[in-house]
Amino acid sequence: MKIHEYQAKEIFKRYGIPVPSSDVARTPEEVRNLAEKINKSVVIKAQVHVGGRGKAGGIKVASNPKDAFSISKEILGKRLKGLVVEKVLVEEAISIEKEYYLAITMDRSTRKNVIMLSSEGGVDIEEVAVRTPEKIEKLYIDPAFGLQEFEIKRLFMKMNFSKNIAGEFRNFLISLYKLYLECDATLAEINPLVLTVEGKLMAADAKILLDDNSIFRHKEFEALQEIAEDDEIEREARVRNIPYVRLNGDIGIIGNGAGLVMTTLDMVKREGGKPANFLDIGGGGSAGKTRQSLELVTMDKNLNGIFINIFGGITRCDEAAKGIVEAIKSLKLTIPVVIRLIGTRENEGRKLLEDEGYEVGRDMNEGARKIVELAGAYAKGRGRE
Amino acid sequence: MSILIDKNTRVLVQGITGKEGIFHTEEMLKYGTKIVAGVTPGKGGQTILGVPVYDFAVDAVKEQDVNASIIFVPAPFAADAIMEALSAGIKLVVAITDGIPVRDMIKVSYFLDRYDSRLIGPNCPGIITPGECKIGIMPGHIFTTGKVGVISRSGTLTYEVVNALTLAGLGQSTCIGIGGDPIIGTSFTDALKLFKDDTLTSIVALIGEIGGSDEEDAANYIKSVDLPMVAFIAGRTAPPGKRMGHAGAIISGNLGTAEAKIKAFQKAHIPVADTVPDIVRLIKEIMS
Repeated sequence: MKIHEYQAKEIFKRYGIPVPSSDVARTPEEVRNLAEKINKSVVIKAQVHVGGRGKAGGIKVASNPKDAFSISKEILGKRLKGLVVEKVLVEEAISIEKEYYLAITMDRSTRKNVIMLSSEGGVDIEEVAVRTPEKIEKLYIDPAFGLQEFEIKRLFMKMNFSKNIAGEFRNFLISLYKLYLECDATLAEINPLVLTVEGKLMAADAKILLDDNSIFRHKEFEALQEIAEDDEIEREARVRNIPYVRLNGDIGIIGNGAGLVMTTLDMVKREGGKPANFLDIGGGGSAGKTRQSLELVTMDKNLNGIFINIFGGITRCDEAAKGIVEAIKSLKLTIPVVIRLIGTRENEGRKLLEDEGYEVGRDMNEGARKIVELAGAYAKGRGRE
Repeated sequence: MSILIDKNTRVLVQGITGKEGIFHTEEMLKYGTKIVAGVTPGKGGQTILGVPVYDFAVDAVKEQDVNASIIFVPAPFAADAIMEALSAGIKLVVAITDGIPVRDMIKVSYFLDRYDSRLIGPNCPGIITPGECKIGIMPGHIFTTGKVGVISRSGTLTYEVVNALTLAGLGQSTCIGIGGDPIIGTSFTDALKLFKDDTLTSIVALIGEIGGSDEEDAANYIKSVDLPMVAFIAGRTAPPGKRMGHAGAIISGNLGTAEAKIKAFQKAHIPVADTVPDIVRLIKEIMS
């Protein structure tokens, strides 16, 4: 789960991690008032869940309240990479001596949390990781004993910080790790971590990803959980709790099981088609869930066809078929649909569908070929209208 | 022979009184798995489907000589259940549960390091040695005995592959679903090591997907090992930054792409199948 920078900074403050003074605003008037209160140059930052906000024009500096007002007018209510900006963070501009990168995240292969620190801050850290991996210091944290003093000292020395901020750096790191653990974060990232001209460490940016699986023990985060997907179908899918990812094609995909759906997308692409989405209907395949899934997929108006790929294991093909028939009928679908059914009670399922006049195949690749062909023809027909 | 489980494996079901627990206990019993005990705290003394229920794993081990456990306990309590099984001395723990927090799994994995036990999963379909023992939720009827070992990160896709193998007359020695989470107990490499020492397994099908670097590690391992293998990677069309269903199936930046995984296997001279029928074809070619 993503949260906004201003929300992350609220959490930072709670853990005693220094952040520039700031507040969130929803209107240009509020922005002006905040700028007056801060009483120096401010940075206005769009609060939307997209990466690269700066490059996209979502972060701007204003030297006085009047400028802050007019600049925020250009940001608020406008779209940034497809998302409407409803809130901005108004933050005191800090004078930067040097920028660093600091993050804690989970490392899959060592099954430990890792601190990453680099003197190459404020830039795309993935690029640094590829180009000059030696510039990123990594510290794998012992799950039982946590951070040790010598480890902190070692990181400190590697960054060539001046001695008088040793204590500050130590507290910074310990607080961030504490926050990371207690919030069940999977990422706590500060880019840039700023050493100010005054010689203070400050989190100029703050990014926290919370583990979706841990929300049951974090009632306090429920309020932060705004459905933040930048796509309206993805947003609706989240509400319905159905794994869905929007892609750019015109063939809707529904299948059961994440691995099978991914493979279905790959096969459609292999046959020259373009998948419009990933959707995992999960186990069971009840009529209701099938209907909900088809509704989601067909919210996409670019669709020229739908491929439904069901492997009946514990899921019974006849149950799945019933759901498909009901859903297609009640949605009055007119675009081509190819259904592939295989496994438990396959013959019963196929009969149900064929009686209703639907194409049913046994082979995934053949199904993929068929839908690509039908969708292509349908698209042509559409073009003539 | 087979790996990890056979007809003599004595299985405990943790979370046996839940809906999933009851359903799959019955399915496993039908398959012929020796389910000898169940655990649900507070329900000790009851009997379900003829299986005695205990309050704690340690009691089940003491009275029923348990040597493997399967976990259906809900996510908030699943990590605790895994550690309970480990501390009771159970050598093989299979965690089916989906949605366990990452922080809990880091703890479990550290706990696991101190025991001479194996964890499979979580968020996996389990393990099966066809004709002998099924500790999982897979449809038993699609599996047949044979020489192909199968390792996979997903559920349904594994069934798809196994079904195709079975229809082509290629039976399986053992199939392991290692799980779709970012932190799992048994990696591809761990499973390959087990298959390497198994006299019955003559070839392995590895079904990987995007996210992490477990496939790359496996490719690196297999280079120096005499074990025929065919790989398949799902998610060639997956965009970066989007979770494709499984918690672990996500490309972060340029890490975890299908392309990198395919390249790693090709570099290790392991054939990579483009489709499911391709997996069958390649295995047939190598075996003949």
